[in-house]
Amino acid sequence: MTTKIAIRNCNKIFGEGDKQVVALQDANLDIAQNEFVTFVGASGCGKSTLLRMIGGLETLSSGDISIGGQSIDGPGIDRAMVFQHYSLYPWLTVRENIRFCRQLKAHTDDRSSADVEAASGRADALLNLMGLSKSAHSYPNQLSGGMQQRVAIARALMGRPEILLMDEPFGALDAQTREVMHDLTCAVHKIERATIVFVTHDVEEAIYLGDRVVLMAPRPGRIDTVFQVPLPEKRDKSMKHSPEFLKMKLEILDRIRETSGMKTDLEQLEKLSALAHG
Amino acid sequence: MDAFVPPASPVKTRRKRSLLWSVRGPITQRQYLLLAALGLIVPLAAWWLLSEFGGVNKVFLPAPPDVLHRIATWWTDDNLLGDIGISIYRVVGGWALSALVALPIGLAIGTFRPVQALLEPLTDFIRYMPAVAFIPLVMLWVGIDEGSKIAIIFIGTFFQMVLMVAEDVRRVPTAQIEAAQTMGATRFELIEKVIVPSAKPALVDTLRVTMGWAWTYLVVAELVAANSGLGYAILKAQRFLQTDKIFAGILLIGAIGLFIDQMFRFLHRRAFPWLKGNK
Repeated sequence: MTTKIAIRNCNKIFGEGDKQVVALQDANLDIAQNEFVTFVGASGCGKSTLLRMIGGLETLSSGDISIGGQSIDGPGIDRAMVFQHYSLYPWLTVRENIRFCRQLKAHTDDRSSADVEAASGRADALLNLMGLSKSAHSYPNQLSGGMQQRVAIARALMGRPEILLMDEPFGALDAQTREVMHDLTCAVHKIERATIVFVTHDVEEAIYLGDRVVLMAPRPGRIDTVFQVPLPEKRDKSMKHSPEFLKMKLEILDRIRETSGMKTDLEQLEKLSALAHG
Repeated sequence: MDAFVPPASPVKTRRKRSLLWSVRGPITQRQYLLLAALGLIVPLAAWWLLSEFGGVNKVFLPAPPDVLHRIATWWTDDNLLGDIGISIYRVVGGWALSALVALPIGLAIGTFRPVQALLEPLTDFIRYMPAVAFIPLVMLWVGIDEGSKIAIIFIGTFFQMVLMVAEDVRRVPTAQIEAAQTMGATRFELIEKVIVPSAKPALVDTLRVTMGWAWTYLVVAELVAANSGLGYAILKAQRFLQTDKIFAGILLIGAIGLFIDQMFRFLHRRAFPWLKGNK
């Protein structure tokens, strides 16, 4: 397996002087070509910060991130990003949103008619893949949250990125819609052969989607444990009830409580209620 | 078999509570129009009654018919159309000039933090200075012809407009900008293809609101050696105690302002159909 993303001794410090906050401390991780890695952890653990650093949206205070051996310096068309919300362009129709990158110089160096035609076909293929064909000429405001996220994913895929970065993309969706989106994401991973890095606070989501789950911990934000998901590559909803799945879920949830200080809160609560009843 | 008959309920049917006065409650189109008409008619009727039967001297409070009559004679004898024309020219001129400069500067302030640091505190400082106080300076620098009137309206609107444009631009969701960045957009492409189209509806609203402010500076602007215009007419009427003409001038400015405002709203709806369905 070849390493696609290499994260080396990454640190991120926000603020100046007394107000300095260590958002990420000494992160090290290798992500393989075509791997699906999920970052999970309590808020403030730096998972989004690390994802944004890979995307080039956040600078590194120190350390290095390289893609295919090349150190990154800002965003690039090899790494597309899907945000939680408010990232679609409401003045463009669904199809125009998906084709947005075709307006940019970075994607249109090759203006041969074959390329233009291929792009048009690609847009239609993505509309189909995402089940958006009927909404191609709607505006984002007319779509449900789930449909809007489908557009956001399709738009990110339009430029054939090697890496897809997803920052809590389904965090605002209801549970049923989220399940549908999970299977859709798995399909995308398979069809597009992209390396996917996916940030979430939902442990179940992290296990169900990921080949590996990277558990991060807060204060200071850091990588805590990396779990290899013991499920077959092709995922299925029924696996969410398998013993391996549940065991891993409990293990991760426990570790999150431990690292985020929630465990002591729980113990305090138990003591208080014992006092009240005693 | 006997049909089941529910026992007569002792519970009184609860009186349906009107939702009209609940916080952000619903209102029917009929109710809205009725109340809007009421809001316009009641003050008008009150004015009329007060002037006709309130025993108030006509010099202080002319009756609506007097004002209407004054507008008619103004139209036939005193070149009302000319006054309206020149006033619109001054207001729209000052406002357009202000927009021409404020849009790019506001865009730069809202987009680039160094420009914000450089210009925003300065603008915040200047906008508290009274436009009227600039009249002597404007006369000194610009002279007393049309340029000076336009300059006063410019001073009155420009600094507010810059700050509002900057705020409109800052309100563009960061995710929209970052999405384009990860698709490889250059800085210029970000401004051209994301920031400007995203801020456009808010910018049109800002232009509409500042147009209203520009009108409020008309009388001030026409203090400067004017010999025509609605504001000038009001000032002259004051000298001759023609209160009906003052009323006429004020009402005309209000009516023109309302008309322009509605035009902007119409344009807004037509230009941004994609906003429909927005919550």
